[in-house]
Amino acid sequence: MVVPVLRQLAEAGELTVYTQDDPDFPDAPRAVLDDDLALSWHHAIETVPTLLRVRDGVELERTVGWLRMSWEELTGVEGLGPDLPPFRPGCGSMSVDPDLVDELRVRHGGSVLRSRRVDVAAAEDELEMMFNRGWADGLPVVPPTEQRVLALLTGTSRAPDEIVATVPPDLADVSVEKVAIAAVMAGCKPEYLPWVLAAVEAACTDEFNMHGVLATTMPVAPVLVCSGPGTRAIGMESGVNALGQGNRANSTIGRALQLVVRNVGGGRPGEVDRATHGNPGKLGFCFAENDVDSPFGTLAGQLGVDTGADVVTVFAGEAPRCVVDQLSRTPESLAGSLAAQLQVLHHHKLVLAFDAILVMGPEHARVFAEAGWDRDRVITELHARLATPAGALTRGAGDIAEGIPAGFGDVALPKFTPNGLMLAYAGGGAGLFSMIIAGWVNGDRGSRPVARLVRY
Amino acid sequence: MLDPTAERTPAERARLARPSSLAGLTVGLLDISKPRGDVFLDRIEQRLTAIGANVKRYQKPTFTKPAPVDLRHEIATECEVVIEALAD
Repeated sequence: MVVPVLRQLAEAGELTVYTQDDPDFPDAPRAVLDDDLALSWHHAIETVPTLLRVRDGVELERTVGWLRMSWEELTGVEGLGPDLPPFRPGCGSMSVDPDLVDELRVRHGGSVLRSRRVDVAAAEDELEMMFNRGWADGLPVVPPTEQRVLALLTGTSRAPDEIVATVPPDLADVSVEKVAIAAVMAGCKPEYLPWVLAAVEAACTDEFNMHGVLATTMPVAPVLVCSGPGTRAIGMESGVNALGQGNRANSTIGRALQLVVRNVGGGRPGEVDRATHGNPGKLGFCFAENDVDSPFGTLAGQLGVDTGADVVTVFAGEAPRCVVDQLSRTPESLAGSLAAQLQVLHHHKLVLAFDAILVMGPEHARVFAEAGWDRDRVITELHARLATPAGALTRGAGDIAEGIPAGFGDVALPKFTPNGLMLAYAGGGAGLFSMIIAGWVNGDRGSRPVARLVRY
Repeated sequence: MLDPTAERTPAERARLARPSSLAGLTVGLLDISKPRGDVFLDRIEQRLTAIGANVKRYQKPTFTKPAPVDLRHEIATECEVVIEALAD
């Protein structure tokens, strides 16, 4: 359609035509072939046709698509394409084709990536190669090609070479780029990257003590609890099967953190990771809170972080366990059930040593909410039901050797420290159940939960 | 593919134990493409064949560059022992 116009312009002055695919289009004037799209990429062409006015190699102005008025104004030639309609929007440039753009970014973008390149033989299976090098966590990982890593880095405004944290156990500095590599391997999409970065920052703090969490013989690992509107923007699951499989964001964000610990930090099972049993959540354990419907606010709010913000909280936790109570309709009865199950975490005679997160399901939470119990009331009432006379907890009591040392008299000892019992709200709408995630050694001797704002 | 590790230590893999005999083993001879390297390797092939080894011959495209990854993979999957010859 535009060919007669090009001929008019070629006659009127100096004109260079570039074509992205067909070297024979247009036939006259002859076009310069830009089939590697280098020129289109570097001139940020988004629409064809795009008309540029260039003097001494410098672009002065451009117009996109076909708008007779603009073409005439830009070229100074009157009466262009008299047989054409006055306006046509044009088509998308091949240099912004979603199927090509990742490859073009590698080819023309000028690599900002500093990681060592590892060659893979054509006859070599790249997934097997990554297993052989010890990069995988027992499941196949996505090959971190330059294309995929650059695409993932579009998810953050942070520079690839910015150092995010120092990762135990090797205390290796990790850059945004290396986190992006782990995120690619875990299966993340670009929009998950800010969450992974926040999780890495939170896990690699003295308070969280990733080294200890890794090295312990107990079956704990980072548990990521996410909240804020961003969880919905990236499609995280906070409802049905929130702690389970099937949601890409839930499944891959936690996995990416563990791959950072494994590959950058050097934390591998049988080496510094000395877990006696481990737990399936060590592949990655991440879920979102349903903060829209929660009658209790968010876990991040309990830890003193703005409830409305996008937050990742990392907690050293073991596998979740279920509390079934399908009959309680009063808050007192349900609190009794929950407290009984909280008492037995790790050992019913061991107290004050371990924190826990109670992940309350909507049907349990409703019992409390309808009775007017807020977060503080629920936690206070649970604490009140979790005090046991020291005599029943001492070593040897009940013919069980395990227990606390003697010498506490008969004072009632709480199961948890004042801040040791935390509450989160997630789960599907049907089922009078809650879940408990028990923690590791708490406080300064072990690990504290750490909440971090997500930075974009 | 990009290295996901901290790149603090060079990747090292332990060598296989030296075989006590080459009889019956597949021995790869890698010619690095320097002049007359083939003369030397032809003689080595004769000697190895005489003691019962199966010989496979390989050649790098140029001595100025490391062996391409595909060639390294081919040798690693086809041979139990490899001899890389230098000449000058």
